[in-house]
Amino acid sequence: MDKAKTKSAREPLFHIVKRTDIPFWKAWIIRICAVLAALVVCGIIIVLLTGKNPFEMYKFMWDGSFKTERKFWKMIQDLAMLLCIALAVTPAFKMRFWNIGAEGQVLIGGLGAAICMKLLGDDGAQLSNELLLPITILTAVVFGAVWGVIPSIFKANWNTNETLFTLMMNYIAIQIIAYFTFIWSSGSNTVGKLNAQSHAGWLQLPKEIDKSGYLLNILIVVGLTVLMFLYLRYSKQGYEISVVGESVNTARYIGINVKKVVIRTMLISGALCGIAGLLLVAGTDQSITAETAGGRGYTAIMVSWLAKFNPFYMILTAFIVVFLQRGADELQTQTDRIINADFADILIAIIIFFIIGCEFFINYSIKFRSHKKKEVEA
Amino acid sequence: MQEVPAIRFENITKAFGTKVVANKNVTMDIQKGEIMALLGENGSGKTTLMNMLSGIYRQDEGQIYINGEEVQITSPKDAYDLGIGMIHQHFKLVDVFTAIENIAMGMDKKETGSNKDITEKVQEICDKYGFDVDPKKKVYNMTVSEKQTLEIVKTLYRGANMLILDEPTAVLTPQETDKLFAVMRNMKADGKSIIIITHKLNEVLAISDRVAILRKGEYIDTVLTAEASVQSLTDMMVGEKVELDIDRPEVEAKEKRIGVSHLTCLDKYGVKALDDVTFDAYGGEILGIAGISGSGQKQLLEAIAGLQRCEKGSSIVYYDNSNNVETEMVGMTVSEIKKMGVSLAFVPEDRLGMGLVGSMGMSDNMMLRSYKKGHSPFTDRKGPRDLALRVKDELEVLTPNVTTPVRKLSGGNVQKVLVGREIASEPTVMMAAYAVRGLDINTSYTIYRLLNEQKKKGVAVIYVGEDLDVLLALCDRIAVLCGGKLNGIVDGRTATKEEVGLMMTHLNEEKQEVQANG
Repeated sequence: MDKAKTKSAREPLFHIVKRTDIPFWKAWIIRICAVLAALVVCGIIIVLLTGKNPFEMYKFMWDGSFKTERKFWKMIQDLAMLLCIALAVTPAFKMRFWNIGAEGQVLIGGLGAAICMKLLGDDGAQLSNELLLPITILTAVVFGAVWGVIPSIFKANWNTNETLFTLMMNYIAIQIIAYFTFIWSSGSNTVGKLNAQSHAGWLQLPKEIDKSGYLLNILIVVGLTVLMFLYLRYSKQGYEISVVGESVNTARYIGINVKKVVIRTMLISGALCGIAGLLLVAGTDQSITAETAGGRGYTAIMVSWLAKFNPFYMILTAFIVVFLQRGADELQTQTDRIINADFADILIAIIIFFIIGCEFFINYSIKFRSHKKKEVEA
Repeated sequence: MQEVPAIRFENITKAFGTKVVANKNVTMDIQKGEIMALLGENGSGKTTLMNMLSGIYRQDEGQIYINGEEVQITSPKDAYDLGIGMIHQHFKLVDVFTAIENIAMGMDKKETGSNKDITEKVQEICDKYGFDVDPKKKVYNMTVSEKQTLEIVKTLYRGANMLILDEPTAVLTPQETDKLFAVMRNMKADGKSIIIITHKLNEVLAISDRVAILRKGEYIDTVLTAEASVQSLTDMMVGEKVELDIDRPEVEAKEKRIGVSHLTCLDKYGVKALDDVTFDAYGGEILGIAGISGSGQKQLLEAIAGLQRCEKGSSIVYYDNSNNVETEMVGMTVSEIKKMGVSLAFVPEDRLGMGLVGSMGMSDNMMLRSYKKGHSPFTDRKGPRDLALRVKDELEVLTPNVTTPVRKLSGGNVQKVLVGREIASEPTVMMAAYAVRGLDINTSYTIYRLLNEQKKKGVAVIYVGEDLDVLLALCDRIAVLCGGKLNGIVDGRTATKEEVGLMMTHLNEEKQEVQANG
């Protein structure tokens, strides 16, 4: 009691209150302010640590995505691939199935495509493209789906921990890819362009229509985005995913077969990762390495969460991530690596910190001590 | 009342967002050595007000005075330092710790001394007020009543002299409630101030000195308990005259709907939760299930609903009298039962965790029962939406609109959504577990009325309840469970509260025999 009495009777300077409703536009003003604040903080750090003009640096970052038509298309392509994997992980995460194995599922899907291109292409059976392409696509999808569904079967039947399981599956996938690249490159570990002469199994539109070579990939991902939105929002299966994710008990109570939903959803998730692998191997690189997925399997999780699992918002969150990554790369080139990768990472981290951090101000408001009260005290 | 009040609220206002005002200009006092009951319907702001006192929320406007001095309570720790302790409905105890470990948890060793010192001090508190705590017992071995006692002793140990009890009797048997009231009176005699939140007006009259009433966030009045009656309190709480008799309509044509025989189920630890239970439920009747919590009520309802595995020898037969078909339901899944054409409605105890999806709106929650209909891969959204609007209208559900997540609604409105949906499926069997727990009197009566309507339609209603007064007024027959065994079935019209209370706690082997043979 004594301790309490000595406590000042003054109202604290501010207290935090949960917001229940915030107009749409206000939330966006907060987000834009957060980005501006991030740029100011980055600017200060740039000046203090490198002595360079921050506006010049920001221009370099902008250039990374928009300087030339080629850079622009490359950015859109990166965006599409990241988005594709984010779409793939979304149904699982919505179901609260912590699938961090997208990296491996993408790689295995890509491997499926590469095997078809290798065995049935120039060096092998030399099938015609009309036959080879459908087989390649199907194989990639099946490979990805199988890799995705294995952990879910264990989860559904024996309640194993899916996070560890999917993570371990990634390492297995990487080693399998390493094995195949070793075999195919006869020991040098770099597989060159597959079917470089005939372009057999290349998932691209003719050069006359699409100079960049990325257009088909992008169109496929646009289609997938719309489909995934419809699936999650309007289909019976999408509804079941939401119910299972929110409460397994409710799902059982209502007669949903939870095991079936878990396995089916991971089948879809894995199959989509397989498509992403296909687009990367047959559509983009026409080759495969253990770096083909390039960490996108993990980044995609962030993209999906930031967008609150809404496929259309994911376009925006994926853009932010890709824009920053490409900007950071450009920054290094333009400054002759005076600004190195680590420094660029610091800048990216600051910006993402502000973007995520501002959600606090969208969910809560800060109430300061009222002025009326102050006057009384004064 | 010239004394300085122990607690004084002055012009307290608290709003959530711009639309919801939980408390508006509340001004009231609590004296030393007084038990005050805080009364109000769901969503009237009782809990919000108490949360501000215990440091969980912070008021937007107004002041709180403790013993005449203005205080700033910015955290639960501040509240503790001021001697305010709150006993929540959901106990904040660590299951794997013993009683004294829970009591001293988070405190400095220098302050508490050795385990022996703690035990001694706890014993002192117990002796003083008449508590019964086994210091070495682990929490997971305790009954609900023991856990609650431990919570109270914990706050007293930490020096609380103002206690807030949030619906303490909701989970207790009549005997346990009497015991709780006895220690509350002892604490009062010791000069402690106690605020009790409860919906049970009989208890308010039995225990409190004064009653403060809130309605829609506003403070209405404080009355002396001696001058109040159940009727006068209800009228003040609701703001208009309320009819307080529970109806028990007579239905002539009763027909056997469900026959449960030799039902045995295990709980998740493999212990028998239900042991050889046999009874019949009839259409046109409300069958009450009484028992202290955890006596197998949950397993019983879930077994009938197809959610609980039953042991060998168990049988649950559904009688479809219009088609003269008998269906054995043991071993069927929920969807198989549904496909057989058995229309079961089930209002489970855990409303948001089992009956509804908290993050979805009313409309999507209505869809839970109907989404599978039809062959289209897409859901029909219009049907559930129309149903949601109808339920909202008919049961007067307070919600901004049918897409607002139901988790944001107050307890009473959540229950209306759930019951409304279950009734809409036109059931032949309706099961409800603790359907009015935490609900205010007005909503409770709405639920009783809805159950009676189902009964009149010829539905077999099975109602698991905890308030014996209500069970005795509402039900035609009451089956009493005791430790997983059926301890007999009594007639709701002739049985007494004491009789049922005794059957809940003392297994009568002879009666069991008679029951099985008859």
